[in-house]
Amino acid sequence: MNSGRLRWRKFVSNFMLAMTGVCAFVSVLVLFFILGYLVFNGGTSINWDFFTKLPKPVGEAGGGMANAIVGSGKILLLASLMGVPIGFLGGIYLAEFSGKGMASVVRYAADLLNGVPSIVIGIFAYSLVVLPFKHFSAYAGAFALGMMMIPITLRSTEEFLKSVPRMLREGAMALGASKWKTIASVIVPAAYRGIMTAILLALARVAGETAPLLFTAFGNRFESHGWSQPTATLPVMIYTYAVSPYDDWHRQAWAAGLVLLGLVLIINILARTILSRGIAVPRS
Amino acid sequence: MATTTTALKGAGPVTGSRSFFAKLRDGDEIARLITLIFATTVVLITAALVWELWANSALPREKFGFHFFVTSVWDPIMDQYGALPFIYGTMVTSAVALFIAVPLGIGAAIFLAELAPPRVSDTLQFFIDLLAAVPSVIYGLLGVFIVVPVMRTVIYPALNKPFGYLPIFKGPSYGVGFMTAGIVLAIMVIPYIISVSREVLLSVPRDQREAALALGSTRWESTWKVVVPFAKTGIMGSIFLALARALGETMAVTMVIGNTPKIAASLFAPGYSIAAVIANEFTEATGDLYLQSLIELGLVLFLLTFILNGLARILIVLTTQKGSEVGG
Amino acid sequence: MKRFAGLAIGVLVLCAIVLADNALLINGAGATFPYPIYSKWFDVYHTKNPNFQFNYQSVGSGAGIKQVTEGTVDFGATDGPMNDEQLKAFQDKHSGVGILHFPTVLGADVPTYNIPGVSGALNFTPEALAGIFLGKVTMWNDPAIAGPNKGVNLPAAEIIVVHRSDGSGTTYIWTDYLSKISDEWKTKVGKGTSVNWPKGIGGKGNEGVMGSVKTTPNAIGYVELIYAVQNNIPYGSVKNSSGNFVKADLASVTAAAAGAAKAMPDDFRVSITDAPGKTAYPISSFTWLLIPQKFQDGGKRDAIKGFLNWMLSEGQNSVEALSYAKLPKEVVEKEKKAINNIQ
Repeated sequence: MNSGRLRWRKFVSNFMLAMTGVCAFVSVLVLFFILGYLVFNGGTSINWDFFTKLPKPVGEAGGGMANAIVGSGKILLLASLMGVPIGFLGGIYLAEFSGKGMASVVRYAADLLNGVPSIVIGIFAYSLVVLPFKHFSAYAGAFALGMMMIPITLRSTEEFLKSVPRMLREGAMALGASKWKTIASVIVPAAYRGIMTAILLALARVAGETAPLLFTAFGNRFESHGWSQPTATLPVMIYTYAVSPYDDWHRQAWAAGLVLLGLVLIINILARTILSRGIAVPRS
Repeated sequence: MATTTTALKGAGPVTGSRSFFAKLRDGDEIARLITLIFATTVVLITAALVWELWANSALPREKFGFHFFVTSVWDPIMDQYGALPFIYGTMVTSAVALFIAVPLGIGAAIFLAELAPPRVSDTLQFFIDLLAAVPSVIYGLLGVFIVVPVMRTVIYPALNKPFGYLPIFKGPSYGVGFMTAGIVLAIMVIPYIISVSREVLLSVPRDQREAALALGSTRWESTWKVVVPFAKTGIMGSIFLALARALGETMAVTMVIGNTPKIAASLFAPGYSIAAVIANEFTEATGDLYLQSLIELGLVLFLLTFILNGLARILIVLTTQKGSEVGG
Repeated sequence: MKRFAGLAIGVLVLCAIVLADNALLINGAGATFPYPIYSKWFDVYHTKNPNFQFNYQSVGSGAGIKQVTEGTVDFGATDGPMNDEQLKAFQDKHSGVGILHFPTVLGADVPTYNIPGVSGALNFTPEALAGIFLGKVTMWNDPAIAGPNKGVNLPAAEIIVVHRSDGSGTTYIWTDYLSKISDEWKTKVGKGTSVNWPKGIGGKGNEGVMGSVKTTPNAIGYVELIYAVQNNIPYGSVKNSSGNFVKADLASVTAAAAGAAKAMPDDFRVSITDAPGKTAYPISSFTWLLIPQKFQDGGKRDAIKGFLNWMLSEGQNSVEALSYAKLPKEVVEKEKKAINNIQ
């Protein structure tokens, strides 16, 4: 008399478990759909012009995004130079030198900074860097993005340094090395791979950010020279072109989207495979 | 007796009474100071950010006080600003996003944690992590060119024709609107729900599952009735994380929400979110009250995400601790 | 780690050297209304004068006014002239130095729509337009719209209104017109670059509105003429104060400016919406460049003065190809004299 009920329960079990499988595969499929759609729509528009020419006047077909690609590159480079040292050295402090009180304050501040919506970071960078200097600039954009890189770099550096085995530390000290020498020549190199990975992931995350750049780097029709001029960037160009009515601009937006996504995915894959030998990546 | 003390004169105490500059010559102290300076910089930056938000929103806080949160008028000509339409829009789009993402996400997490063999689980998780890395402007691009037309041609007719009498499905089809934004947000937050839920489910001790199975439950029953409730708080935490992400999302939302500061019951109506209005109006807010009202909106958003992130963290830690306490 | 830092610094220095300034960059921001002609002008001007780069960002008149007041850009652009309050705010921020308006072209706001099955120009009365944007006329086959359009098959579909989400001179022109022809609009909504719209969805820039109308069936929006023309989207004729249904084009826009040209105030701030004249298009407007009266940087000042002179002579020859009307002769003469006020 129970076997009917049992069969029903078994059926429900198999069905629901199959449903969860569907959920998982649908979620993963979305990624491939996005990639495929971008390749399909943007692939044909990626040509030599796209990478080398400047945008054309409104309504005229052709032109490219050379200035935006260079602009994004410049800003990301500067952002890394601003954000990484702060995060890295701060992380060393947390892992090696600090007492409990200071450590929790710094960690708390970093977590707070990490949770700030990127548009609010844009507001902050505008008030702090654009207004006083009275112009939009590449370094204002870099400041905004650099700040977003700090928390991930900081926490990851701390975690990876702490995970270096005690034996290595004690061995160095036994040989008479001072603390900072131990850190510099033994501990950091041991944690190097993990830290590098975190930096790459932080870079990939800010590479796609658009909102903070709207009020800081603004935009530029031409190549921007130096660091204190408004700068065109890839994400902002995608946004501007996508909401416009021009089909040619739409094509270019797809192409730019493909380039941007390709860049971000490559960095992510690189970072995760470097690290996949062993240590788990701390999720931000 | 006197000779022994003189012989030891040169040694002196090793800690404490050395002068600052003497300590400085020691490389370790320099290293400590340098790294301390950088660590303090992090704290200073965060403090400066919060301070700027607070100080630069003084005008509307004085003028409108609490009314700012319950007024629904946003009129730059009359200099009247109320945050209600944006709070409403942010809430509604996030609610739609969670409504779609939570079942899908938890389902996927259950599959990855309970059913899939470890290698399959890790590979799929790898792809899910990549999905989380897709920049938001790309989601916006797809929203504008795929979701909006699909909304207009497929989803709207499917929901409006049979259920159009319901307030949430009333009204004409704009293509853009609360539901479109919610769908795009759902895709963006699913990876967060999956990753965190998967981890908390994996941390549930084996005993729990095995006990349930030993008592005769099917695999689904043991998962759904024992494992998932055990990890309940952690899963809640993942939902809070996803919510925090959805609240702060700017670009994808502003491209598909319709940019209309109005409260409407229908999910097909256009609306506005806090992040979207800041992105659209910040560079052109002439007049201090206007600009500072936008900054106050930024402050509100910051506080919301701050609270949610904090809660999420606590919930997740509680669950994983519970898992290790109960024994595995 | 050290090698990486060294490499990064080296690249930075290299960048700064290699990409060093050899052209003077002048930054401007503002109206999307004249963006097609401005981007063409700045492009051509740069080819003729390679040592000047005019970087113009089309972000809306509101942002143009704001950013030139803040001093983050060298010049602004707007189709809604700065009001006295905004002029004073500029002076306060720049220690008493004022800002000048320079008209550049004449353009028109046109009602553009996307109605399945309707490809021609509809006739709109002022009452119909006000009614649509106030939310009182809600269906395309409403008598207010159908009346002047006998023979056109208007569907029984809800009208989707599209307006601007950003601070816009195009909005200023449109609401200026609606305030003149509709008391209800004037009291309920008013005129400005950013108003409290009774209904509709918002698009960013003329580009965003055009994009929305183009992809949303049954939508109506207001854009500068060239945007509708470039995208082959139908736009309607509007009934002017003499009772004629006029479509926006070079002749009708020039006719609208005829009266103002003769009586142009010294500061060039004037509204020509609902202008008298049998052939005048009622929603026309000048658009202005906002130039501070004094420049610290002599190089930038000379570059801008040079551009303005070029714009008033040679530049005017390329405007008609993009459906903007040339400035009236009297206005050009007056402006040429006013350029000397820039120090």
